[in-house]
Amino acid sequence: MMLIPCPWCGPRNQVEFTYGGDATVERPADDAPMEAWFAYVYLRDNPRGPHDEWWLHSAGCRSWFAVRRDTRTHDILASAPVGEPLGERAS
Amino acid sequence: MRYSAFSLAREALRGHRDWPRAWRSPPPKKAYDAVVIGGGGHGLATAYYLAKEHGVSNVAVLEKGWIGGGNTGRNTTIVRSNYHLDANAHFYEFSLKLWEKLSQALNFNVMYSARGVLNLVHSPADIDAAMRRGNAMRLNGIDAKFMSREEIAAWIPNLDCSPHARFPILGGLLQPRGGTVRHDAVAWGYARAADALGVDIVERCEVQGIRVEGGAIAGVETSQGFIATPKLGIAVAGHSSHVAAMAGITLPIESHVLQAMVSEPVKPILDTVVTSGAVHFYVSQSDKGELVMGGDLDFYNSYAQRGNLPVIEHVVAACLALFPSFGRLKLMRTWGGIMDMTMDGSPIIAKLPVKGLYMTGGWCYGGFKATPASGFLHAHTIAHDAPHPLNAPFTLERFAEGRMIDEKGAGPYAWAH
Repeated sequence: MMLIPCPWCGPRNQVEFTYGGDATVERPADDAPMEAWFAYVYLRDNPRGPHDEWWLHSAGCRSWFAVRRDTRTHDILASAPVGEPLGERAS
Repeated sequence: MRYSAFSLAREALRGHRDWPRAWRSPPPKKAYDAVVIGGGGHGLATAYYLAKEHGVSNVAVLEKGWIGGGNTGRNTTIVRSNYHLDANAHFYEFSLKLWEKLSQALNFNVMYSARGVLNLVHSPADIDAAMRRGNAMRLNGIDAKFMSREEIAAWIPNLDCSPHARFPILGGLLQPRGGTVRHDAVAWGYARAADALGVDIVERCEVQGIRVEGGAIAGVETSQGFIATPKLGIAVAGHSSHVAAMAGITLPIESHVLQAMVSEPVKPILDTVVTSGAVHFYVSQSDKGELVMGGDLDFYNSYAQRGNLPVIEHVVAACLALFPSFGRLKLMRTWGGIMDMTMDGSPIIAKLPVKGLYMTGGWCYGGFKATPASGFLHAHTIAHDAPHPLNAPFTLERFAEGRMIDEKGAGPYAWAH
C-alpha cells in the first residue's frame, strides 16, 4: 500500500486519492503551434525513476497537489501544494 | 530434433536423458543484418518471421534477462479477436488465425485451447453494446454469438446468474474461437523455431544505447559490447519509452502496472474465459487447475512489476460477486506486469523517424494475444522498410494526424487509458 502525504491532511491511505498524471507538462499558449499542443496532449517522458505527478485527495480535502514518486519502487520522495516547489519530504 | 509422438516415446524409453537443448545461446557476433531488442514473445516472433517469411536469418534477438521472463510470463494467457473497429478487428483476427495453426507451424505444442471468451452484460445498455459489437465482428468475418442468461446459467453452473446477484447477469457475448494459450510455450516455441532457422538468441545482453550515424541506425551498445546493424526492431513493451529515448524519440506512452493473480489449483471447474467489463474482472482456469484472475490497472505510472492491495481486493470482490463458490479458495500468487499505455489504447507497429529503426509496442493490456501477428507484421515492416496493409494504421504519427484507433470502439480520446 502507498501512504501518500497530502500537504494539508498528512499521510493517508492511497485509496483516498485519484491520480492526475505527469505534473511537468505545461499548457502551451493559446496561439502556440500545433506541434506544441500535440506534445502537451500526447507526449510523455515516462521516466523510470523519480516522477513528478498530480494527485487529488478526492476522499479527503479535495485539493490537488504534486508528488515526487520513484516509479521503480513506488517510494514517495516529496509532496507539495500546487505552485510550490517539490523539496525534500518533511517527516 | 523434430518433436513428435515417436520422439516422445523414444526419449521416454531412454529415461528422457537425450533431449537436446531447444535453442543455442551463442555470444553475439560483431554485426547482423537485423537486430531485435527484447526476447519476449513479440521479439522472438519478429525474428522467426524475418527468417521464415523474408529469408533474413542473420538476425540477433537481444534479451537483458532470460527468454520469456518479462510480460510473456506475466500475462493471463487469453487470446481473442472480439474487437469493434476495423483496424483492430482485422489485426487481431489475423493473430487468432495464426494462433490456430501455431503448434503445427512451430513444431511445438503451445496448447491453444478454443474454450471461448464470454463477455457478460449486466444492463439493457450493455446488451445493446454487445449486440452492436457482435454484429460488427460478424461483418468482419469473426465468430460472435449472443447468449441469453438461461444459456449461460446452464453452461457455467458456478456463475451466479440469479436475479438477486450483486451484479445481475442479463446475457453475454461469446467468441467461441477465443480461449487460452500456454504463454511460456509461445516464447520457447518461437525461440526454438527461430534458432533452427539461424537466428542468434542472446540472453543476459542489455541494450544500453542506440548508435545513430547520419540519421540512420548504426548499431547498439550492449552489456556484451557494440553490435553493428542497419536495421533495429524494438519489441520491449512496458519499457518502449526509455529504449526509444536512446534514439532521441519521445513516445505517446505512459508505463502502468497491471496485476494478475492465481488461486490454489483445483479440479476442473471452469471451462471457458469469463469477463465482465462492468466490474473490471476476468477469470479462466489454467491446465494446472489454478483460477487465473485479473482486473484493471493500478492507475499510476509504474515500472515496479508489482502493484498494491486495493486492486487485488477489487478483483477478489468482483470474483466473489460472480462466483460465490470460489470464496473457499486461497489466493496463491499475485504479480504485476508493466504496460505501455498508448493514448488511444491501440498499439504502434511502425517505422520510427530514424532510418532503419522500427518498433512493436504500445500494447496496453492486450499484448499477449497479438504476439504472432505483431511479430509477423513487425518482421514485414523491417524487411520491406514499409508496413503491411494490416499494420499500416498503427503508426506513431497517427496521434499528431488525428487518426487515433480507439481500442474500446467508443470514440478516440487522448485519455483512453
